Amino acid sequence: MLSRVADNLYWMARYLERTENLARLVDASASLMLDLPQRLSPGWQPLITITGNQQQYAEFARGDYSEKAVVKFVVAEPKNSGSMLVSIARAREIARTVRDILPRAVWEQINELHLYVGEHAVEAAGKRTRHGFLEHVIECTQRLTGMLEGIVSEGDALSFLTLGRNIERADMTSRTVDVRSAAMMAAANLEELRPFESVLWMSVLRSLSGYQMYRLTTRERVHGAGVVRYLLADEHFPRACVCCLRRVGDVLHRLPNSAPLLRRVARMRRAIHHTQFETLGQGELHEFIDRLQLSLARTNDELARVYFVGHNAPSATVTPIRVA
Amino acid sequence: MPVHSAAPPCYCTATSDCQSLANSMRIAWDEYPAAASFDELIAPGGVPRPGASALIEYLSGLGPQELVTRQKAADVAIRSMGITFTVYHEEGGSIDRAWPLDIIPRVIALEEWRRIEAGLQQRARALNLFIDDIYHEQRIVRDGVFPRQHLADSANFRQQCVGIDPPQGVWAHVCGSDLVRGADGTMYVLEDNLRVPSGVSYMLENRQVVKRVFPEVFDAAGIMPVDEYPSQLYDMLRALAPAHVEHPEVVVLTPGIYNSAYFEHAYLAQQMGCELVEGSDLAVGEDDVVHMRTIDGWQRVDVIYRRIDDLFLDPEVFRADSALGVPGLMRAWRAGKVALANAPGAGVADDKLVYTFVPAMIHYYLDQDAILPNVPSYLCCEPAQREHVLANLATLVVKPANESGGYGMLMGPKSSAGERAQFAELIAQNPRNYIAQPVISLSTTPTLVDSGIEPRHLDLRPFILSGRTVQVTMGGLTRVAMRKGSLVVNSSQGGGSKDTWIVDTSLEHAIARS
Repeated sequence: MLSRVADNLYWMARYLERTENLARLVDASASLMLDLPQRLSPGWQPLITITGNQQQYAEFARGDYSEKAVVKFVVAEPKNSGSMLVSIARAREIARTVRDILPRAVWEQINELHLYVGEHAVEAAGKRTRHGFLEHVIECTQRLTGMLEGIVSEGDALSFLTLGRNIERADMTSRTVDVRSAAMMAAANLEELRPFESVLWMSVLRSLSGYQMYRLTTRERVHGAGVVRYLLADEHFPRACVCCLRRVGDVLHRLPNSAPLLRRVARMRRAIHHTQFETLGQGELHEFIDRLQLSLARTNDELARVYFVGHNAPSATVTPIRVA
Repeated sequence: MPVHSAAPPCYCTATSDCQSLANSMRIAWDEYPAAASFDELIAPGGVPRPGASALIEYLSGLGPQELVTRQKAADVAIRSMGITFTVYHEEGGSIDRAWPLDIIPRVIALEEWRRIEAGLQQRARALNLFIDDIYHEQRIVRDGVFPRQHLADSANFRQQCVGIDPPQGVWAHVCGSDLVRGADGTMYVLEDNLRVPSGVSYMLENRQVVKRVFPEVFDAAGIMPVDEYPSQLYDMLRALAPAHVEHPEVVVLTPGIYNSAYFEHAYLAQQMGCELVEGSDLAVGEDDVVHMRTIDGWQRVDVIYRRIDDLFLDPEVFRADSALGVPGLMRAWRAGKVALANAPGAGVADDKLVYTFVPAMIHYYLDQDAILPNVPSYLCCEPAQREHVLANLATLVVKPANESGGYGMLMGPKSSAGERAQFAELIAQNPRNYIAQPVISLSTTPTLVDSGIEPRHLDLRPFILSGRTVQVTMGGLTRVAMRKGSLVVNSSQGGGSKDTWIVDTSLEHAIARS
């Protein structure tokens, strides 16, 4: 597979996954606001923090953290490079360049989703229309993921799509855990918030569609350390960091020149498994997730170096074609 | 088989004051305006032409309102299938636009098509012989059939190609020739595109869309399929690979996403199962072999279907500022390490002045008469003909020899005195660069427009593949001028398109009787 194409597929999957995650995030935040008493509400600011756009937002909105301003920024703002609108537009732009490799139905679905988000993003701002809009976006991206799993042959294209999707997903899950736990622990009125702790963590699980699986797997009530452990360390829940990393590892095993990457991924998995989340203070958890995020970013850079841009000029001796 | 006689005299569709009536109406083909031009579907008196009767009957049965509904369905399908073309905009850069398709197909009876096909095959053979001759012995010049001066002045003659022997002696592997039909029904060749002709993907996609929109009629009308093109193209390209290569790697080379034909490049690569590469993906090694950069390292490339113009192909040889090309590509081609289709230099025959010599070429190389005539042309470089052109600018079309896309032309009958003076000046400065032709009143076909079904002018671009054999697409891309009376069919200038049906009338009749 062409390096440029591998690069494009990887980023297309990341942007599509980001589109879905943003929809989940906004939807879950909105429903949390409805569950908590107003005075305890974390407000909409965490949404900006999770998406890592504090600085850009500060310049853009000048301290307006109202529901309307934040939701518009995260969903529909063309100037926000991390917004849903920009993510799906980039995914579509890339899909155009790799149309020759994607099944036609995949391209049509991405194209339609792009048109839909462009035309309906305003609905995300209205309380009544929001859920329907976000649900449709999630359904479309899930359908896309299903198509990619269902009709793309196993091979290089699927490998790079899987890498992109799982790295983006691990990144977003770890951010969500970080920001939500920070908000919990840092709350001045911690005692007052206590009765609502499980409501808040349930919303975190729901934003990742993980509530039901959590209950089935852990068979315990929803509590902070349990949710953190589940979302970071569960081997089998598809949106948990370790599960994403396992899938990244499985793909890397099939790719050439992947030994250093595999070692890095294995280190990350070990680090998560060996951490006692129950005894971690908020500061330590934040530090841990910071290191995890850094390692994910390095994995991203290493992938680029090995597969996307790294080759020297061709010589007379050419690498033999790998037997799949 | 006239099917319309009982219909009320109304063929309008979309105007609101007639919508309530329209539902109960049939299309009145005898009201279809008979113009001075030849109509492709309806003969004078409202009778369908050969091959068109099943379609006309079917359309009449649908009625005008249903047609509008189907057109909308087609527009939606085109949007969701992402069939687009890119137009350059002076301010906004390039814009991706939905491909314009009019759902009423254009029909040619198979019997007539076989003759056109033979004419195109003959033409492609002669053109390839001409190019090969020009880059070798130049017998045609020596024998006084083609003037040496014309060659010396040709913008697309490439000195770098002299003496090269491309595989099978073929230079123009893919040719798109534009055909137009005059008022008396004669089909003329208007021009041959031998550099990087585009449009074939739209021919294939138009058929996909029309099949979705008119599924019923495909059962009965004896319509010949068009889908073979991508596999024919692939087989032709694959056969160009150096002889010792067992599993040749064929790639499509595109200038990238901002090229107006990018959609087609991606489409063809996908249909053929080839890599779509950009110049930056390729590199030529010390051994003159072309490689592409993959996740496994560098891999050898044997055949390149290039959709980049000659001058951008290789900055070492042509334009040094080209960022689209591959340094060393010409070196690799000359060494026979890679095949290029179309071969560099093939454009020497893609020149409106050379065009005027094609019937002579057919005589010279094949010892045959041209099956398809050229449009009569006047060469401005010949003093007597130039005088005639300058004296008749108001009735002629003046075309630059080396432009495509309908740019830089003078449409005499629609021109102002100022424009004519400007062209007289241009011709005087550079006579070699201009030819002139009488205005051909392009044939028309029923087309769905806001006010109903009306005749619009059209042309046809079939594609000819030349390898060990010469193959022609079943029909081609029909382009239609959507503005009333307009003769400009280019999609970059507001033209639309139609599905082109080659209809086997023997099949059609068999079904109609049953």
